Amino acid sequence: MSALRALAGADATATLRARVFELLATVPDPEIPVLSVLDLGIIRHVDVRGDGSVEVGITPTYSGCPATPVIKSDVLAALAAAGIRATAVDVLSPAWSSDWLSEEGRRKLEAFGIAPPAHAVASPRALAYAEPVVACPRCRSVASERLSEFGSTPCKALYRCTACLEPFDNFKCL
Amino acid sequence: MTPHGTYVLRLADTHLVLAQRLGEWVGHAPALEEDLGLANVALDLLGQARLLLAHAGELEGRGRDEDALAYLREESEFLNLTLVEQPNGDFGRTIVRQFLFDAWQSALHEALAASSDAKLAAIAAKAAKESRYHLRYSSGWLVRLGDGTPESHARVADALVRLWPFTGELFDADDVDRSAAAAGIGPAPDALAAAWNATVDRVLAEATLTRPAAAAFGWHGKQGRHSEHLGYLLAEMQSLHRAHPGATW
Repeated sequence: MSALRALAGADATATLRARVFELLATVPDPEIPVLSVLDLGIIRHVDVRGDGSVEVGITPTYSGCPATPVIKSDVLAALAAAGIRATAVDVLSPAWSSDWLSEEGRRKLEAFGIAPPAHAVASPRALAYAEPVVACPRCRSVASERLSEFGSTPCKALYRCTACLEPFDNFKCL
Repeated sequence: MTPHGTYVLRLADTHLVLAQRLGEWVGHAPALEEDLGLANVALDLLGQARLLLAHAGELEGRGRDEDALAYLREESEFLNLTLVEQPNGDFGRTIVRQFLFDAWQSALHEALAASSDAKLAAIAAKAAKESRYHLRYSSGWLVRLGDGTPESHARVADALVRLWPFTGELFDADDVDRSAAAAGIGPAPDALAAAWNATVDRVLAEATLTRPAAAAFGWHGKQGRHSEHLGYLLAEMQSLHRAHPGATW
């Protein structure tokens, strides 16, 4: 019997965990709302505790990103609305990388008009000076130029396509 | 506070004071892109400072949180490097200060990522990605201004001479630094000199600027002995919290 109960418990845990991931997929990034917090790669763990509550580990994209506290409260609100008791903890290590963006997230970014990040970063030292090849999300030309290293949020830089002349945001490679 | 706590607090204050200085540019930069750029650098530094301040408060163990440390200490209790409290001046001088700092800070963050203090290592590993990007920004502008018009060249050349004496403190070790180095918490200050010199010499050459001669320095901000500029900065930074303790919005 106890083995059966343990099996049932494991089942319930897996079901709850899957439900939490479904809900997290509906929580948007407050600054780039086409991306969910899962697309962004900032959810580092979901642990179901013995009492049926859940701990969600969240990592910031940038040290000073002002969206971080908003994301945390949005995640907790979404879980609470589904009747799930949850706490959120900050995870600093390993540091977030734009490589953690999901493939779906990259597609959503491009459809939204934001060029997805270059894939990182064999040598972190190279990051400081290498100019990544950034394709225009509208016409796909790689004839683009950087207007500014910084854009409207910490995670974006400002580019201009020299083929179709549209300015656009690039999600920075970090 | 232990030497370990003091070491972390010095780092925290250095990040915080420079974030506050750069924040003064918001709404005043020469172009919208640079307004955003300087504000973004400030934001990264502020985020790093908050993590470091909270860690310093934990190491101290007297219940002071990041706000208590940022808003309720006096000038002589701040332990930031004297370089970062120097006034912004014109855009060129801000870029020179930022470049001299970024070249140091990116080497520092890289070294701190291997700290024996796991929390400090985690903060630094994250911050290292950001400071490398800052260095790219400030290097790019220094080259454009130095190798630009006679006017822009003259301004950044003047700023370099004025700010250079403050760089001595970056590599000057005292008991706190020696203790941190011995415990593997942080690098010995002079261990960062080679990387800093290489970056500075390469970018100054590209910017057609001349490296000033080594100069003696008379300020020891990291020991709480500051130039005359820090008090004004703190007065502005702390006034709201001191007038309305615990205010939130």
